Amino acid sequence: MRRTYTWLVLLAAFALVVAACGGDDNAEATTTTSTPVTTETFRIAVVAPSAANDLAFTQSMIDSLNVIDGEMDLEIAVTDGMFVVEDAAAAIRDYADKGYDLVIAHGSQYGGSLAEIAPDFPDTSFAWGTAAETFGLPNVYSYQAASDQGGYVMGVLAAALSKTGTLGVVGPVEVGDAKLYVDGFAAGAKAEDPAIDVKIVYTGSFSDVALASETAQAHVTAGADVLTGSAQMVVGAIGVASTEGVAWFGTQANQTQIAPDVVVASQVYHWEGVLREIIAGVQSGTLGGEAYTIDLANGGEVIEYNPGYDLPADVKAKGDAAVAGIIDGSIVVGG
Amino acid sequence: MSGLFTEAVLVATIAGGIRLAVPLLFASIGEMFGQRSGVLNLGVDGVMLLGAFGGYYTVLKTDNVWFGLLVGVGIGVVLGLVTAVMSVTLKAEQGISGIGVFLFGLGFSDLLFQMWVGTPLPIQAFPKVEIPGLSNIPFLGETLFSHSAVVYIAFAMVPLSMFIINQTNFGMKIRAVGENPEAADSLGVSVAGIRYATLIIGGTLAGVAGAALAIDLKIFQSNLTNAAGFIAIALVYFGAWRPLGVMGGALLYGFVNSIVLQLKTQGIIPRSWSDIAAMAPAVVTILALVVVAHRFKPPAALTKPFERAR
Repeated sequence: MRRTYTWLVLLAAFALVVAACGGDDNAEATTTTSTPVTTETFRIAVVAPSAANDLAFTQSMIDSLNVIDGEMDLEIAVTDGMFVVEDAAAAIRDYADKGYDLVIAHGSQYGGSLAEIAPDFPDTSFAWGTAAETFGLPNVYSYQAASDQGGYVMGVLAAALSKTGTLGVVGPVEVGDAKLYVDGFAAGAKAEDPAIDVKIVYTGSFSDVALASETAQAHVTAGADVLTGSAQMVVGAIGVASTEGVAWFGTQANQTQIAPDVVVASQVYHWEGVLREIIAGVQSGTLGGEAYTIDLANGGEVIEYNPGYDLPADVKAKGDAAVAGIIDGSIVVGG
Repeated sequence: MSGLFTEAVLVATIAGGIRLAVPLLFASIGEMFGQRSGVLNLGVDGVMLLGAFGGYYTVLKTDNVWFGLLVGVGIGVVLGLVTAVMSVTLKAEQGISGIGVFLFGLGFSDLLFQMWVGTPLPIQAFPKVEIPGLSNIPFLGETLFSHSAVVYIAFAMVPLSMFIINQTNFGMKIRAVGENPEAADSLGVSVAGIRYATLIIGGTLAGVAGAALAIDLKIFQSNLTNAAGFIAIALVYFGAWRPLGVMGGALLYGFVNSIVLQLKTQGIIPRSWSDIAAMAPAVVTILALVVVAHRFKPPAALTKPFERAR
């Protein structure tokens, strides 16, 4: 009996830990390398939490690297699926050890590890995000996204599109990039229609697809006719939007291909500009010390519309006006 | 608060709780068979993940949801057999070998997903089956008799497993092997044979649970089950190794999840409590489990490999 109880306690603890951690991804680590090495090749390594094709956070960085891969001579190595921070730290150290010119730690959870690793490799440049902190280290760059700006535009569009006056948001955990996006979305919706009801639910998990699906269902039951959400578990919510025929707004990557019939637009992160500046800095001998932010004004955030969605011209015009207002400073988001 | 008690919200809450309970019900009924025969299988979540990927990929390629479910069955049978070889024939430590199966399923399902699919594309879902006559009953019709066919199959497993365990010769042998394998063996019952059978049943239902989950959600994603297989194992303890108890546990977990979601959607649970509320289903289930586990004895031979006395 005592043995059984030991198992019971172990089992319960394990179930809770696995369920609670959720995380971005428990993906099997895969490493891919492209472009043969030459003496002038600039070598970049990326360590990321979720899968390289997650249609969200990690994919935004991989897509951006692939864009600049065509512009200059790069060698790109990717280790994705690094949900466990200790594993990611080992991968970061390994790439630095192998002499990569730039090692990108693509996850704010990697900051603590990076602060310990970077001083051991003073000749290697590191970049990490989304974050604003460079730890005062001369070989660390940081990057972040003003996701509230795109969120604001999505909110304006969603409120203008809604007929029921109710919008539903499926969030993961109320922190970081997701919180910024959701807050921006709510602010944009309220700016367009002060009477609009924005229902925000954080499921408490980055990875529970079933819970995201049920949350979307609950929003639809509560009268929401436009949905949005952030993090990799939203694929469950997009499925419900497609089944119920309600509009969906995406963020981080273009989500049109998941449900071409209901995805209206996506806020897409383009890290190319930041990457070009960091690479130029490293090549000229500046290995770090700068913090970059992508936003609508510098082209790091782009609203990509689904050409297959029949968005009324007057609604799209409101979205365009919001983008213009944020860029020229007449609309201030967050702050 | 008034928004919570509209008919539409109540219907959605109950129907949502039932949907969330279905994968747990399949997996925990299967796990119950193994445990009643004395084998603890901690690999359920890994089998569910591979069943989920197999089911998803098949539907993606064939557009046939039933073929997808069948592939989930096939994957479950194979992994049930692998579990049986490790736990029964090789007499491996059941906990450790189960964790091995879980990690294999977690990694391999994601590897195959990345290799063969990559971007999560949606698939067809199970068609909704309205039970003639019953689905027209006000309120009850929508909540209980307007689901996809797998929901009815899952709940049909409960009386079926009760019948098998309590009324059949096979069920009597399962109970005997789980309580006193030496005595069963001396009466000519094949302890290994019975345990192989129950582990294959368990694997099959775990494979079905995964496939049903993926097809119901119309999508696959890395770690899709999010540890549902471990919750299913806990529910077997919660249900005191009895089908009705297991069903009660699965429904409790599903309903607490569904109610918390509705309370959040209606703004009754403030956002600042969101993370604490997210733990509610696990906490309620485990508290109930601790209370129940004191009152019922597990199968006496649970976790003990059988060695025939020389």
